[in-house]
Amino acid sequence: MEKSGSIDSLGSKQSSSRQASVDSLSSTSTSRSDRSTHAAKTPYAMSSDNVSTSTEFSPELRGRPKAAAKVLRDSNKEEPQLLPKESVQDMAKDVTYICPYIGALRGTLTVTNYRLFFRCMDREPAFVLDLPLGVVSRVEKIGGASSRGEVSYGLVCKDIRNLRFAHKQMEDSLRKSIFEILMKFAFPVSNGLPIFAFEYGQVYPENGWKVYDAQAEYKRQGIPNESWRITKVNDHYEVCDTYPSNLVVPVNIPDEELKRVAAFRAKGRIPVLSWIHPESQATVTRCSQPMVGVNGKRSKDDEKYLQAIMDANAQSHKLFIFDARPSVNAAANKMKGGGYESEDAYQNAELVFLDIHNIHVMRESLRKLKEVVYPNIEESHWLSNLESTHWLEHIKLILAGALRIADKVESGKTSVVVHCSDGWDRTAQLTSLAMLMLDGHYRTIRGFQVLLEKEWLSFGHRFQLRIGHGDKNHTDADRSPVFLQFIDCVWQITRQFPAAFEFNEYFLVTILDHMYSCLFGTFMCNSEQQRVKEELPKKTVSLWAYINSQLEEFTNPLYVNYSNHVLFPVVSMRHLELWVGYYIRWNPRMRPQEPVHQRYKELLAKRAELQKRVEELQRDVTNRSASSTERAGSPTRSITPVQTFV
Amino acid sequence: MRMFDGRVLLKQVILLFWPLISTWVQGAEKIDSCQLQVLEMLSSLGSAGGKSAKPSFVSYVTPEEIKSEKEPSRKEKHPDLLPGEVVFCSASTVLKYTQDDLSQRGVFGVLLCTNFRVSFVSDEEPTEEMGQLFKNKLYGENDIPLSCVDNIYGGSEDKRKLITGGLVKNKYPSKMIIHCKDLRVFQFSLSFSKEEDAKKIFQGIVHHCLEPKSLRCLFAFSYCENTSYPEAQRKKQTVMFDSVEDWTQDMKRTKGNCRVVSENSNFELSPKLPQYFIVPKNVSDEDLTKYQGKGLPMWCWSHHSGCALFKTASIPLVQEDNVPQTYMEKMLTAVAHNHLYSVKTEDLSDTLPTVQDILLSYNKFKQFFLIDNTTEFWMSDMKWFSSLDNCGWLDIIRQCLQKAVEVVESLEKENTNVLIMEEGGSDLCCVVSSLVQLMLDPYYRTLLGFQSLVQKEWVAGGHAFLDRSNHLHLKDKVESQSPVFLLFLECVWQLQQQHGPAFQFSETYLTVLSDSVHVPVFTTFLFNNDGHRDSLLRAESPHTQRSPLNCPTVWDWSVQFDCKAQDLFTNPLYTEKPKQDTSVRKSYRPRHLRQLSLPSSAFKTPPKKGFFKDEADNLKKILGVKRLSRWMLSPSSDSPQTSSSVREFYEAWQTKPLDYHGLLLPCLDGPSIRVWMQRYLRWIHDVQILGGGPVAMLSKVSEILGEVQELQRQLDRHGCTLTSNHKGARPRAKTAAAVIAARSSVRLSSSFPFVTSRNWAFKPAIPTSLLQSLMVTGMPGNLADREDDGGPESLV
Repeated sequence: MEKSGSIDSLGSKQSSSRQASVDSLSSTSTSRSDRSTHAAKTPYAMSSDNVSTSTEFSPELRGRPKAAAKVLRDSNKEEPQLLPKESVQDMAKDVTYICPYIGALRGTLTVTNYRLFFRCMDREPAFVLDLPLGVVSRVEKIGGASSRGEVSYGLVCKDIRNLRFAHKQMEDSLRKSIFEILMKFAFPVSNGLPIFAFEYGQVYPENGWKVYDAQAEYKRQGIPNESWRITKVNDHYEVCDTYPSNLVVPVNIPDEELKRVAAFRAKGRIPVLSWIHPESQATVTRCSQPMVGVNGKRSKDDEKYLQAIMDANAQSHKLFIFDARPSVNAAANKMKGGGYESEDAYQNAELVFLDIHNIHVMRESLRKLKEVVYPNIEESHWLSNLESTHWLEHIKLILAGALRIADKVESGKTSVVVHCSDGWDRTAQLTSLAMLMLDGHYRTIRGFQVLLEKEWLSFGHRFQLRIGHGDKNHTDADRSPVFLQFIDCVWQITRQFPAAFEFNEYFLVTILDHMYSCLFGTFMCNSEQQRVKEELPKKTVSLWAYINSQLEEFTNPLYVNYSNHVLFPVVSMRHLELWVGYYIRWNPRMRPQEPVHQRYKELLAKRAELQKRVEELQRDVTNRSASSTERAGSPTRSITPVQTFV
Repeated sequence: MRMFDGRVLLKQVILLFWPLISTWVQGAEKIDSCQLQVLEMLSSLGSAGGKSAKPSFVSYVTPEEIKSEKEPSRKEKHPDLLPGEVVFCSASTVLKYTQDDLSQRGVFGVLLCTNFRVSFVSDEEPTEEMGQLFKNKLYGENDIPLSCVDNIYGGSEDKRKLITGGLVKNKYPSKMIIHCKDLRVFQFSLSFSKEEDAKKIFQGIVHHCLEPKSLRCLFAFSYCENTSYPEAQRKKQTVMFDSVEDWTQDMKRTKGNCRVVSENSNFELSPKLPQYFIVPKNVSDEDLTKYQGKGLPMWCWSHHSGCALFKTASIPLVQEDNVPQTYMEKMLTAVAHNHLYSVKTEDLSDTLPTVQDILLSYNKFKQFFLIDNTTEFWMSDMKWFSSLDNCGWLDIIRQCLQKAVEVVESLEKENTNVLIMEEGGSDLCCVVSSLVQLMLDPYYRTLLGFQSLVQKEWVAGGHAFLDRSNHLHLKDKVESQSPVFLLFLECVWQLQQQHGPAFQFSETYLTVLSDSVHVPVFTTFLFNNDGHRDSLLRAESPHTQRSPLNCPTVWDWSVQFDCKAQDLFTNPLYTEKPKQDTSVRKSYRPRHLRQLSLPSSAFKTPPKKGFFKDEADNLKKILGVKRLSRWMLSPSSDSPQTSSSVREFYEAWQTKPLDYHGLLLPCLDGPSIRVWMQRYLRWIHDVQILGGGPVAMLSKVSEILGEVQELQRQLDRHGCTLTSNHKGARPRAKTAAAVIAARSSVRLSSSFPFVTSRNWAFKPAIPTSLLQSLMVTGMPGNLADREDDGGPESLV
């Protein structure tokens, strides 16, 4: 493929990086030269104002590589390269983008049914801002017309940045401002329009919706076995409409009893198995709070059920119930009919509160964090300011909770039951993190996809509500960065165990970016039932299809597959740090010029190259010595497989 | 007899803790998923199935020692004494608490105090030393060199009292806590020892660690008298800057154009001046001694453009006397003449914290890591970020780096000569000048280059190591104590963190170097300046006046570590210089020229206020007026301007492609300045990441490098020459890989190589007292009490 990297402009830098990733084979071979000419444009440095997220993922999304390459050479184009089914809705010249780092930039703004695209040609290199409209949380008109007759708009984004634009007041007052068009397409749900994911029809080699197959995953865990069975009781989502159709329950509890247990658990979310220890048979089960209420109601069925969970693990005669909430909140829930298990009613069970706060506290914490990190970091009291957001403290509590669960299961060989109020926010965070610590399979790229599909999507984390896809109601109290927090926790663990994960930081950032982008169907809707009803697998593309089509971009070059190794991260503040590569990625000063991973990749490429050469030589030698057989003694261990040493 | 008592007592203690020990063992047996680890744990518990609580550390005592020790004829245990080491006092049946544990568990042994160290020798047989890859040959895990002792506390039950020296008559605390300068914490119980022994050892330790002493009492002198180091080995390739040739060489290397002064080779000019030094060409002989070397601009480094960095000790200004000012003007002119008649002066005393500030801040900072018990640790975890902020240590690091960047900017962008000054001229001047050179000159980022830099700027440069570390505990020197050199290493660590592949040495190297300052064996850190060193080594020499005492420098790493351990000093990811750089001289200029390609606007910026203009004829005028007025006035009015200019400079540099052999600048924004985890957290058990940490990455990288080399070798064997810069580039990587790969990285922890994790239980550290701190009050509508479901049930 021809290299367009010779033109020394930012625009062409993008092109070269695009090209590199369009064709995954060429990406390794060109990466070195790319780096020497344009240092910053690797996946790690991807996100900036100049090069927004979407430019990073756009190449593959834009269809045929050849077509893309053709357009890319045309760097003067003011319009974005459109995705299939993407159409330009409006375009305005002479719009000013007020960049907090560079200053005011004048250029052309394009709005499509998927993205906002701003290009400033005055600068050398050209400045490009390209963001999916799904990222926009709200659009505000700031003030009236200024003295220069300009109107100003602020875009608050879900990915920790704000954008500000200004343009001349329309002389023709009848004509709609481009921002009104933008409002319409940024919030399709509120405007009766389809979300773009339903239109986007890119075909990928793999169907991402097939990544997770509940039966296969349970089979991998060894289920069904003598203690656990897969029940079909929720096949039509009748017992619990927020649960998946496949549920794993103790063998000796018949379906009829399950229904009675469901009556005692909030929203019918009965305790079901999430993970089973391959050796000790200790299990992680998840559910919602019991409907104890002020009067301390009991349910014989529920008690028997938990006893059955305990009995399924012969190693321990105890059961730990982890209530994710602070005890005060758990107690307060009794007023509304909820509550927690009393240790009197549940013999041999020990209840532990994990003190994790609710979605509103987390939302507020993230709001404060954004204030501290965007657009600029105040140098003088950075750490104190960071502390005052409590963000990392919340991260610490979640990690500590997951650690305690993992420890009980691994070291204590005891089964655990995890719940919060409804069991779809904090519970999902805790079980999935604990499973990540306990089971190396989830630390692979595909395993992690399974983990998300299982613990988050199938068990009904309410993505639609928590993110508010296409919904203009930005003050909705149901919105909360619960999933972001989880990904942050994962990132913290990857920091502590840099060789234990198959995926890299870019993988995590990509998942977050596409959670907002509304390009893929993966994070649409609130539950499996809704996804089935909306026929998402049929009508939308899965994020995993995109990711799995270019795994190389998302692979950690230093991955060592520790089989059966349990990770116990350190949950001290000393080892927690703010995820600069996500929260502060818009600040150009905080961008590394050359990510260290680049060097690892080079090293691996070098090894591959040498391996190839040695193999060739070896073949030569054996061919030649085939005639004179006495030299056959030379060792044939030339084909050194990429081996790990655990 | 005494020994016997000890054994009986030990048995009793074991009996006392038997339930604990046995459950521990059982617990260990359960973890069958990590069978290997269990085996190892069990072996550390004794193969007899946990008959006794084996020590949870490795002693340096050889098995032979122990055997002979077991013979009833000998009563006392001794560590392997070093040449010239003498035991002052000892006590047996001292209980050493296992640091990470609040329970009273510990190990019994003998506590000794020698003229080199405080040493604890366990009664237990040492377990196999398989974990000791990184053994220090001079002192072991349970040894504290006397000058490494920071504070001693006496403790009884729950109270803790700082011991400040002075003989504590008849009284001794039941518990002795020793905080070390390398941040280890030891806790000993004296209550099982004989009263007399306990008193003696306590008083002995207090006396030898805290009381003032003379320099000749430092262990180096008796050690060196009893050992001989072959001169050839000593020198290796570190440039010592103790000869005219070394200085001339360095000036030639940087194409400097100054004058090497050798008149002080016998310290005739002044004992305070370095033996050899370089001054601008225009400095006359009589100028050299005018103010005992004060005000004399000392050459540090020349930029390829011709401008150079100088440092000087500022002359205190006496109002009525105009002489210093004229002298200063003359010196400035001399500096200006070096290149383009421009000079910028920077009085570091005005803009950087004082040595006292540095000490105060560091004292607060280090407390976060001197952990007596885990509860305290987890309590302090809550306010970690704000406490870190409040102690100001990271901010001091940032300020030093920022100042260095400012100087770099003047040299690189404006091509001005720079003269940095401060009172004394050998503290922050050393920090800033060495940082500037690290940023500008890739040679100093190699291991030998870095050592040479320390020799040049710090040792020859006359940093008062002795006073700053106050090894002698002199009361009148308490004021002058300050961890300035450590501050420099901290700054280097920050640079290294941000630009790893640019440095040939590793983080471990820096940590070990920072520890070595407190090992009183190396001449490098024992003196205040060249003259001081020379006179003392001469005076102490056993052989007449002729040859001075032959002491090792810290760069003789083999004194402390064997070759394998030294492999960990190199950074496997270091980018070698491109092959074509056969000679430094040849490659030097082009490399820097590339860095010059800053945006053209950068060059158009008018000279800043207070800078010399380039015109020669203006020089005199400006010298008299502007320059000195700036020099004498506080430049505080300038600081916002300079800080934003530094920002611009950084941003302009940042947009350029990164060249690891060119200019390096640190990012100074809040999140980029971090805590040196390896140095500060390595002894704290609760924060060790088992199976993780940087070593997990390092081992993988080393492994890949090893494979690359092996492949390369195979290719070579086949007679195929591959043009590659990897070829032979990393002679040590393979062995480093072997060192690490000897143990799977799952079993290494983040404190590698300082603590081996083998003895630790595989239980995660669960923070105690989690929630107390989390104040979520004062939020609008008290969010904490709200239900998760925002409003009425609203399903989409």
